[in-house]
Amino acid sequence: MAAGNRSQAAQGLTLIAPPLAYAVLILAAPLLTILAYSFFKDGYLTVIREFTLENYRAVWSDPIFHKIMLRSLGVAALVTLVTVVLAFPVAYFLSFAVDPRRKSMWLFLITIPFWTSYLIRVFLWKVILGYNGVINSGLKSLGIIEQPLTFILYNVNSMVITLAHAYAPFAILPIFIALEKIDRSLLEAGRDLGESRAMTFWRVTLPLAMPGVVAAALIVFIPTIGDYVTPALIGGGKIPMIANMIQSQMLDQDNRPMGSALAVTAMLIVAVLSLIFVAMNRRFLKVRQ
Amino acid sequence: MKGGGLRVYAVVYLLFLYAPILLLPVFAFNSGTIIAFPLKEFTTEWFAQMWGNASLRRALANSLTIAVSASILATCLGIFAARASTRFEFPGKGPVMGLIMLPLVLPEIIVSISLLVVLLSLGVTLSVLTVIVGHTLICMPYATVILSTAFNSLDRSLEEAAYDLGETRWSAFRLVILPLVMPGIISSLLMSFTISLDEFIIAFFLAGNEPTLPTYIFSQLRFPKQIPMIMALGTVLVVLSILLLTIAEYFRRRGIAKTGAKDTGGFL
Repeated sequence: MAAGNRSQAAQGLTLIAPPLAYAVLILAAPLLTILAYSFFKDGYLTVIREFTLENYRAVWSDPIFHKIMLRSLGVAALVTLVTVVLAFPVAYFLSFAVDPRRKSMWLFLITIPFWTSYLIRVFLWKVILGYNGVINSGLKSLGIIEQPLTFILYNVNSMVITLAHAYAPFAILPIFIALEKIDRSLLEAGRDLGESRAMTFWRVTLPLAMPGVVAAALIVFIPTIGDYVTPALIGGGKIPMIANMIQSQMLDQDNRPMGSALAVTAMLIVAVLSLIFVAMNRRFLKVRQ
Repeated sequence: MKGGGLRVYAVVYLLFLYAPILLLPVFAFNSGTIIAFPLKEFTTEWFAQMWGNASLRRALANSLTIAVSASILATCLGIFAARASTRFEFPGKGPVMGLIMLPLVLPEIIVSISLLVVLLSLGVTLSVLTVIVGHTLICMPYATVILSTAFNSLDRSLEEAAYDLGETRWSAFRLVILPLVMPGIISSLLMSFTISLDEFIIAFFLAGNEPTLPTYIFSQLRFPKQIPMIMALGTVLVVLSILLLTIAEYFRRRGIAKTGAKDTGGFL
């Protein structure tokens, strides 16, 4: 059987070689280059290959970096909270109330908006929320308001609305999958043992759904924090997030070592926060599969 | 009808998801040049303007070239990855699959900026080709996921029967496995095509001076005069995306029905 396993491994490795080579060449190598650059010095129009920690020191002591990083974290955390809280009832409805034959249709309906031009959707929110936008002009022509509502204008609120809308399906799917895995007899057992409906939800359903909630939170948090389009369009470039800062360092100011250090620092912060978040929910994730 | 209150909530939520998309055609056919209520008259002028726009046509041609190439490349790579991960055990499988799937969770800005830095330092000229390289990378995980479902639902005894009947490994793959996973392949091609067509960040950084549809749209958003035409273009793109996704979903389900597996629903 050892020979069989070896040939299995060999066949598997041969098959995986092309996609692996592609990922190493196009993804891993550039990421390592960025990592290396972050320890190099910036010369005029070139990169001086000398080891230095100066870039990291500069990033950590830069008040602009602190402000933008905190804003990105704040926006991403708020978006994650809003998306997950709003998505949970929908996932619950899909899993517990929808006829099994209709489930794929509902899932399909939920995922469609996600696949349609991200750029246009973000821009549409700008149009909807603007000073003379759809909401303000609509409410004005109906005579409900006289002055445009200002709290939805191009600010952090409107970025949160836009991003929460963009990542909604990302939050629903993992929660739905976790809910689908729950053994329905556990819920009946809870009821039989005299728990109320609400208590059964709180003590059985919710803990069992937590792996999905954690996955949903991460899958929303990580891409939102690196979002480039929404701050550029909705914020009008005046409220940059970390992605815009990285882009401007790398390209506009052509300081690649500094831009690399920014990118690496941001990725590290996100990775550490994600690990802390997972650790905090450790007891839920140990649930038997 | 179960879940009364929840059902109402779910429908309202769905409306919220679709609200921006539903507004597109409303303003694409509205003769007012400002995107606001009240609406003016019905017009198809913006669609005509779109049709006559030369730089838009160039962007469309580029986008189609990129999307077709990237979807074929990503699907081919995805077939290898899906077949290897569903059929074989090999050392380092976890980390290897993790690396292939990484673009799903990595912010695109990181992927595109790091690739851009490497390309620039190698002296590669940015063109349609560099965008294809980038798009293939981000489509590959999606293709792998879709194809893994297709390969996973295969009954291994069918393949073994083919070997017993004297087929070689390649001919068994071509004659037995390939037809069974074909719906998955088509679904993967269509999904990758849609992703590539809509992708903005990578195209924005890696295309050099070549416009693609999303980067063209981005460049026009600064000019208020162009907005109604962009609305018309958006309408066309959304209709096209929905059409492609519906066909992809149809093939995905047919593939599942063909191999007799249970539908777990959804792409992710």
